[in-house]
Amino acid sequence: MAVDYLYPEYEIIRNYDRCINCRVCERQCSNEAHEYLGDMGKMVSDDAKCVNCHRCVSLCPTRALKIVKSDHTFKANANWDAAKIREIYKQAASGGVLLSSMGNPENFPVYFDKMVINASQVTNPSIDPLREPMETRIHLGAKPSKIERDKNGRIRKNLPPHLKLSMPVMFSAMSFGSISYNAHESLARAAAELGIYYNTGEGGLHEDLYKYGSNTIVQVASGRFGVHRKYLDSGAAIEIKMGQGAKPGIGGHLPGKKIVGDISRTRMIPEGTDAISPAPHHDIYSIEDLRQLVYSLKEATRYTKPVIVKIAAVHNVAAIASGIARSGADIIAIDGFRGGTGAAPTRIRDHVGIPIELALASVDKRLRDEGIRDNVSIVVGGSIRSSADVVKAVALGADCVYIGTAALIALGCHLCRNCHTGKCNWGIATQREDLVKRLNPDIGYKRVVNLMTAWQHEIKEMMGGMGINAIESLRGNRLMLRGVGLNEKELEILGIKHAGE
Amino acid sequence: MNLCALNLGYRELNELVHGSEEDVVIDQCFGQRFIGSGASSKTIIINGTPGNALGAYLDGASIIVNGNAQDAVGDTMNDGKIIIYGNAGDTLGYGMRGGKIFVRGNSGYRTGIHMKEYRDKKPVIVVGGSTGSFLGEYLAGGLIIVLGLGTEEFPTGYFTGTGMHGGEIFIRSNIVPRGLPKQVTLSQASPSDIKRIEENLVEFSDLFGVSMDEILGKTFHRLMPNATNPYKQLYTEN
Repeated sequence: MAVDYLYPEYEIIRNYDRCINCRVCERQCSNEAHEYLGDMGKMVSDDAKCVNCHRCVSLCPTRALKIVKSDHTFKANANWDAAKIREIYKQAASGGVLLSSMGNPENFPVYFDKMVINASQVTNPSIDPLREPMETRIHLGAKPSKIERDKNGRIRKNLPPHLKLSMPVMFSAMSFGSISYNAHESLARAAAELGIYYNTGEGGLHEDLYKYGSNTIVQVASGRFGVHRKYLDSGAAIEIKMGQGAKPGIGGHLPGKKIVGDISRTRMIPEGTDAISPAPHHDIYSIEDLRQLVYSLKEATRYTKPVIVKIAAVHNVAAIASGIARSGADIIAIDGFRGGTGAAPTRIRDHVGIPIELALASVDKRLRDEGIRDNVSIVVGGSIRSSADVVKAVALGADCVYIGTAALIALGCHLCRNCHTGKCNWGIATQREDLVKRLNPDIGYKRVVNLMTAWQHEIKEMMGGMGINAIESLRGNRLMLRGVGLNEKELEILGIKHAGE
Repeated sequence: MNLCALNLGYRELNELVHGSEEDVVIDQCFGQRFIGSGASSKTIIINGTPGNALGAYLDGASIIVNGNAQDAVGDTMNDGKIIIYGNAGDTLGYGMRGGKIFVRGNSGYRTGIHMKEYRDKKPVIVVGGSTGSFLGEYLAGGLIIVLGLGTEEFPTGYFTGTGMHGGEIFIRSNIVPRGLPKQVTLSQASPSDIKRIEENLVEFSDLFGVSMDEILGKTFHRLMPNATNPYKQLYTEN
């Protein structure tokens, strides 16, 4: 066997006592891992083609299949683990840049998992959310610094445009192209039903989804794909994408082979040409330039919509956010280095950027120190995995969170991290018609609504436990958090005490 | 409607311009930004110097500038026309997808970058003089014509057409372009090429009173992308 032959990482285990040769697995696998040998009358599998997406496992009517991690191993080595050796073989064979999908899977600390939430005992009453009203509604946008009154003493309405959400969660930017139409429709309908927002990403907005415009954030990025007056007018807010947590500092690149049919029409470029979003906006080299884009969008939409500026969490994030808060933006979205992606170079995804918890805490502190926290709302993503993460993010200073991966998992994603192949068996990260139709938006949107409804209940329970009955009272309330196993520097940046203090 | 922009901030001025159903003439314009942003009808005539982002997201209106314009003219413009009797600044027509921009004088860096076209939507920029570097960077569609009137030097800067993967650029000069990036194929424009762009040349000629004989008096070089996938690098699935 050749030197770069790699034994498959996962093995498909078929229980032949249960297999009835129904060939469902064969039909379901876009990677063609299963095959029926007619003359032998049995199903066989090729482990090398398996991406461990569990589609066959989930649909096997007799539960005959499971996927296990191979126990085939390189000689144990704490320095050269199997992944590193494999990657070198792949690159030595191809000369290619390693390409991955979804969020950073590397073993960096997850600060959310090293923080715990407070609860009331004896001296202050907790609140029962089943019995008493609990407010999870929030508004995103700039807050006026003072109340103005007219000459009759009436309060003058000087509130800039706001987004109103039933709970502090939105669906983060995933373009039509990176995910399927059915996935987009599911998110749009879920956002509309929940009274929150989803985000088009930089791929334009399919004309059939304009009807969900009042729950849509339309994105403008360096490639300006699908951006025109009607698009800007259709959304409830406009997001300028400066960066993405999974790939800070680099642009986007949807290969020409994915620019087909509706994708081509929505992005407004011919079929087959690459959709290149340059790494920088070439008209933005300073905060003043950013201000110009913010205001050109506000002017174009007559100051009716808040403008969001989205950046990746990087080393100087607090100083950058301070600049953005002075640029006229209404909302800053910060995407941590665990944020997902439909495709990114592995090295960038896994080694560039900083954890969102640290970025959030330092941005919130910096803006408060400078007295400009109310200029903007802060939205964080990358990665929020549960309602506990939401509560912790809010307590660290976030107004709201973005979820991407969690919403996709609700739609059926099994985190096999092969979005870049375009062969998603769950109909999410693919444009292949036969695969897209596997995701039924009628069911998909309901599952996302279920997830958010469940999170909302959990958020209320945690709030009630803390004796807090409005999410606004939790924002930046760091006394509700304690660190476990964190060093002094980490506690200082997070602005929290250690458990026991 | 006549507006005097003197002592008006951009927001006040633009409120008045947006509010007008009829054509607008702006006198004494001194750098007010975002004029005509997203405008879909009427003609806006500007006497003076409009500020940055003139006609951003323009959607069908016409803008005439009797003077110079600054940066980001016609950013992400969708339809309509912008005519500038002086010079334009940097990033003229960034991400433009339709309509036409005519500049009598020069334009700055990154003219017409990332313009794109789709079906009948095909943006056009004609610059009478010279442009700065990075002309037509990432060009994905549309037409850019640089006439180099009044100069014997080559009328564009460095890195012309870098990352170009659609559209075409015509440069009028007796000097053959050199040092073009590898994504660009160079040829001398054929009579049929000239025929194809002629209506834009005639429009320029009519607008600015430059004779067609003078415009056609030099060689036109045609720059085309040699691939629709210029940044394709070899990826290895991981």
